[in-house]
Amino acid sequence: MESRITLQIDNRPVEVAPGTTVLDAAKGIGINIPSLCYMNLENMCITNLPASCRLCVVEVEGRRNLAPACATRCENGMKVKTSTLRVMNARKTVLELILSDHPKDCLICPKSGNCELQNLAVKLKIREIPFAGEQNSYTVETSPSLIRDMGKCIFCRRCEMMCNEVQTVGALGAVNRGFSSVISTAFNQPLGHSECTFCGQCVAVCPVGALTEMDHTNRLIDDLNNPEKTVIVQTAPAVRAALGEEFGLSAGTSVTGKMAAALRKLGFDKVFDTDFAADLTIMEEGTELLGRVSAFLKGDKSVRLPILTSCCPAWVNFFEYHFPDMLDIPSTARSPQQMFGAIAKTYWAEKMGIPRENLVVVSIMPCLAKKYECAREEFRVNGDPDVNYSISTRELASLIKRANIDFLRLSDEEFDRPLGESTGAGVIFGASGGVMEAALRTAYELYTGKKLEKVEFEAVRGLQHIKKATIDLNGTKLNVGIAHGLGNARKLLEEIRAGKSEFHAIEIMACPGGCIGGGGQPLHHGDSSLLKARSEALYREDAEKPLRKSHENPDIIKLYEEFLGEPMSEKAHHLLHTHYFCKK
Amino acid sequence: MSYKMHILVCGGTGCRASASQNIIERLQDSLKEQNLHNEVQVIATGCFGFCEKGPIVKIMPDNTFYVQVKPEDAPEIVHEHIIKGRKVERLLYRDPERKIAVSDSKHMGFYKKQLRIALRNCGFIDPENIEEYIGRDGYAALAKCLSELKPEEVIQEIKLSGLRGRGGGGFPTGLKWEFARKYQSDQKYVVCNADEGDPGAFMDRSIMEGDPHSVIEAMAICGYSIGANKGLVYIRAEYPLAIERLRIAIRQAEEYGLLGTNIMGTGFDFTIEIRYGAGAFVCGEETALIHSMEGQRGEPTTKPPFPAESGYNRKPTNVNNVETLANIPVILTKGAGWFNKIGSEKSKGTKVFALAGKINNVGLIEVPMGTTLREVIYEVGGGIKNDKKFKAVQTGGPSGGCLTEKHLDTPIDFDNLIAAGSMMGSGGMIVMDEDDCMVAVAKFYLEFIVEESCGKCSPCRIGNKRLLEILTRITEGKGSMSDLETLENLSKVIKDTALCGLGQTSPNPVLSTLENFYDEYVAHIRDHKCPSGQCKALLSYKIDPKLCVGCTLCARNCPVDAIIGERKEPHFIDTAKCIKCGTCIDKCKFKAISVV
Repeated sequence: MESRITLQIDNRPVEVAPGTTVLDAAKGIGINIPSLCYMNLENMCITNLPASCRLCVVEVEGRRNLAPACATRCENGMKVKTSTLRVMNARKTVLELILSDHPKDCLICPKSGNCELQNLAVKLKIREIPFAGEQNSYTVETSPSLIRDMGKCIFCRRCEMMCNEVQTVGALGAVNRGFSSVISTAFNQPLGHSECTFCGQCVAVCPVGALTEMDHTNRLIDDLNNPEKTVIVQTAPAVRAALGEEFGLSAGTSVTGKMAAALRKLGFDKVFDTDFAADLTIMEEGTELLGRVSAFLKGDKSVRLPILTSCCPAWVNFFEYHFPDMLDIPSTARSPQQMFGAIAKTYWAEKMGIPRENLVVVSIMPCLAKKYECAREEFRVNGDPDVNYSISTRELASLIKRANIDFLRLSDEEFDRPLGESTGAGVIFGASGGVMEAALRTAYELYTGKKLEKVEFEAVRGLQHIKKATIDLNGTKLNVGIAHGLGNARKLLEEIRAGKSEFHAIEIMACPGGCIGGGGQPLHHGDSSLLKARSEALYREDAEKPLRKSHENPDIIKLYEEFLGEPMSEKAHHLLHTHYFCKK
Repeated sequence: MSYKMHILVCGGTGCRASASQNIIERLQDSLKEQNLHNEVQVIATGCFGFCEKGPIVKIMPDNTFYVQVKPEDAPEIVHEHIIKGRKVERLLYRDPERKIAVSDSKHMGFYKKQLRIALRNCGFIDPENIEEYIGRDGYAALAKCLSELKPEEVIQEIKLSGLRGRGGGGFPTGLKWEFARKYQSDQKYVVCNADEGDPGAFMDRSIMEGDPHSVIEAMAICGYSIGANKGLVYIRAEYPLAIERLRIAIRQAEEYGLLGTNIMGTGFDFTIEIRYGAGAFVCGEETALIHSMEGQRGEPTTKPPFPAESGYNRKPTNVNNVETLANIPVILTKGAGWFNKIGSEKSKGTKVFALAGKINNVGLIEVPMGTTLREVIYEVGGGIKNDKKFKAVQTGGPSGGCLTEKHLDTPIDFDNLIAAGSMMGSGGMIVMDEDDCMVAVAKFYLEFIVEESCGKCSPCRIGNKRLLEILTRITEGKGSMSDLETLENLSKVIKDTALCGLGQTSPNPVLSTLENFYDEYVAHIRDHKCPSGQCKALLSYKIDPKLCVGCTLCARNCPVDAIIGERKEPHFIDTAKCIKCGTCIDKCKFKAISVV
C-alpha cells in the first residue's frame, strides 16, 4: 500500500494520497478554494493546469510567495492557510485586475448567469475596480457555428488546451505577448478559414463569454410565427439526457416526454426525433459495413477497411482537413440529422403535400458542428437546405424559459409519427460507443440470420479513450474500435495510415464522451460526473424501450417499403449518402 | 612558430563597433611593411572589460595597455612601441586623480580591486584558437574529471566550492547537479542559458565571445556528472559574434576529440548543439527557456516539477547560466578549497557586473563577493560622471531594486542584496545621479517589464500594466495620493502571486523607489513638480524679462515657434506650444531662460 501524506489545511489535519493537490485536498474537507483557469475532467485525462489565473493562491508555511493550490502538490507536514488576510487580499486584487481588462456588460452577455468569472466576482464581493486603464478590444468574429468575442477572454487557456491537446486540431493558440496576449487562429484568419472542425469543445470549456454558440433562436421564433411555414423539429438523442440540467434537474435525468411537450408548446407543427434517423443510419451504414466486410473477407482487394462512422460532423471536418488521403474510408452514410432532413423534405413532405419551400426543418442538437453541417452545400436542393438550421440544447433551454414555459410542470408527451418512432438503438447514439453498439445489434442479426439474445455490448460502453471489442458473427471475428475526442481518433487514424490497424470498423465521435459531451450541451464547468450521468440516462432509456434494434423500427420498415426500396438502393444513395472533400 | 611579441586587440562586440577589426588590420599591415609579421602576432581577444576606454590594445609581454585606440594609431604603435621600444604616451590611460599616465592595467583603479575568475581568459587569449585555451589549463578539468573523479565526486567538489547560480536565482550549483543526477532516464540534457536579457548586461556575451571553451568544457563536465550526453546552448540570436565564436569553439573541440564520442578515450560521449532564442526576456527563466527550445511559446510553467525532473522534452535537464559554467573548470583545477576562500560567507567566488549609467568607468568588472557597493562605484567605477552627486544604484536588471547612499557600504552578495530590497540578478548595475528622477526610473523599468511579460499569469500580464499606467499618471502630474497606496498594495500582490521569477520581482523598482524616494513621488503628485527636472509634463520654461535682451536667438531656434517677442524687447514663451526640448536654454547667451 502506498504511503499517505498528512498535512494541515486551515489548522485541520488532512490525509491524502501522494500526488493530491492542495486544491483537491482542501475540497475533500469541504474547503472550496476559488479557482478559474483550472479545469479537470476526472477520469478522462483532460486537465487544464496553466496555474496562471492565480486566484487559487494559498499561504504555505515556509514559502516566500503564495502558492497556487491547483498546481501545488501536498507534502508531508505542509501547513496551508486558505483564507488569511494576505490570501484574501491577493485573491481580490488579482480578480480586480482580471476584471479591469474585461467588459462590464454582464447584463447583456450571452454567458450572464452561467459565467465562472461573474460567479467569482459575486463570491469575492467585488464592488469596484480600482484599476482604471486600457482595456483590450477585438472585433467580434462569427463563424457558422461559434462566436469569438476576444475582448472577454481572460486568457485561461482552456480552449487552447482542448483544441490542441485533447482534439489535436490546432486551430487556436496564444499569440502576442504581455498585456496583448490573446487566443487567436493562425494569422488571425476567421475560424472558417482555419482547421477548426467546429466541434465546439472550446465553447464547452470557456468560463466566460469569449466563446459562445451562433444563436439561431430569434430566427426560429420568426419561423414559428410565420403562418405560411410548416415548422418541424427533430431532437438528437443526447439532448434529452442533458436538457433537464438547465432547469435544475440533476444530471442524468431523462426529460424526453417534457421536451416533446415543450417543443409542441413552442409551436412546432410536428415534433419528431432524430433517433428515427439514427435507426435509418444503422440500416444504411450497417448494410455498407456488412457489404464491405464481406467483400474484404472474400478477398476483394479494392475494399479498404476499417470502415469509419460518419455521424459526427466535426469528425468529418477533421478527417477532411487532416487525413485527406483517407477520404474513401469513412462510411458514405450521411449523419442522422441530414438523413432526417432529406427524408422529411421528400418522403414526408410529399406524403403531407407540403411544398418544400414552405417546410422548415429545425434540429435540436447537443452539437455546434451541426450548425455548420446544415449549411454544407451538398446538403441543399436548389439552394434550400435539407435541415434549415440547428439549435443547441442550451439555446432550446433559453427559448423555453423565454416562452414562459414551466418546464418542470409539463406532462410527458410522445413524439409524432412516423418520423418520431425509434428504437433503443437510436437512443444510444448519443453516447460514445452507441453507434457501434446499435450497428452490431443489426449487423449481427442480418449477417447471421440469428436472433441476438443479449443486445448489450458492454465492451463498447464507457468513457475510456479508446475501446476495443471483438464480435463473433458466426465464426467471423469482427474487430471494432471506438474513439471519442479527436486526439484519440487521430491515434486510430494514424494506425490505419501506417497499415497497422487491427479493426474492421471504428466509431468516432469528436467530443469527449460522445454527443452527451457536445459543444452545445449545458456547460459541465469541469465536472465529468455529468457526462457519466448523461450517458447512463441514455442506456436506461434504451433498456426501457420495447424495440431495441433499428431494423425492427416499424416506421423504418415502412419507409423502405413505401419509398426507399432497400438499404443502399439508388434512391437511398441519392438521399442518404454523401461524399467528402479535401479541405487542406 | 614562436612570436617575440603579441599585440592583443579587443575583439568584443563593443570594441568591434569602434572599429577594432580595422585596428587589427592596420597593425598587421604596418607589421608586414616592417617585415615584423613573423615576430609580432596580432590577436583579437575577448573583452577587456574597460569598455569606457575602448578600443583597448595591449602589448605583451610588457603589459602596456593602450586605450581609445583608433585605426590610424596603428602605425605609430608599431613604429614607436614595437620597433623603438618607446611607449606611445598619448594612448596610455591617464589616472584621473593623480593625473599621470598608467601603462600597466594592474595599477589602474578600474582593475585594482578586480579578481577575474569567470573572465580569466577574456582579453588574454584568442577565443578562436583552442590551443590558446588549452595553453591556459583549458580542458585539464575535464580530463581530470573523466580520468580521476567519479561523477559524485565532481558534484561533491562543486558543492564544496559553494558556487551559486549566477543567472539570478543564486541556487547552489552542486545541489542542482545532484538533483539532475538523481533522476533516472534514458536521456538527460545539459542546457547552457545564454539568453542574457537584462538591458545593458553583457557578461555572458563577453564570456562566450572571449572564452567560449570554458563554457563548453563546463558543459561536458556537467554532462559527465549528471549522466547526460547531450548539451544545448540557448543563445539569443542578437549575439552573432558570440554564436560565431561558440560555433568555432564547438567545431575545434570536436576536432580535438574533446566533444563527440569516446572523449579522451574514456568512453564518455558528449555533444553540443546551439539553439537560438528570439530575444524574449522571460526566456532566461529556465522553464520558459525549455519551452522555447521545444518550439513552444516562450512562457514559464510552475515548478515543481523542476527541470531536473522534467525539462527539455520532459527529460531530466540541468540548466546553468554562462557565468556559472565559466567558473566550473577553474574550480576543478584549483580546487573547491581555493574557491570557497574567496567571497563572503554564503556567496563564494566572484561576480561579474556590467557597470553602466552615470559612472566614469563604464564596463565589465569582476569582483569578489562581499566587495561593497562603494568600492565598486567609487574605486572600480571611478565615481560619478561629471562630479555629480550619487543618488542610487540599481542592481539586478530591470526587476532589481534601487539602492541608495545608505546601502553603499553593503557588501555585495546574494542575500545582502535581497535583504536590502534588490537582488543580484545576472549582474546589471546601473548608477544614477542627482539628475535622475526616481519615479521616471521606476516607470522606465516597468515599461521594460510590460514589454517583456509573456502574458501568461494575470498578476504580471495585467498588474504590471496597471502599475505602469499609475506611474505614467504620476509623472504627468495627474496622480493622486491614493495612487501611492494602490502602487504599494498592487506591487506586493504581484510579488506574492506571479507565476515566475520575472513577475515575482517586477515590482521591485516601484517598491524600492517608494521606500527610498517617497518624497519624490509626493512632489510629483502634490506639488506637480519633478525635483530632478526630468518629467517633461511637469516642467515649464520661462524667460526672465530682466535678463532677456531681445536678441531673438531663442525664437529663431525654437523648433515649434513657441517663443514670441520683438527685437530688443524681452521675449516670452507660449507654454501651450512649448515642447520643452531645451533648445532655447542651450542657445540663450544671457542665462535668461530657466525651467520652473
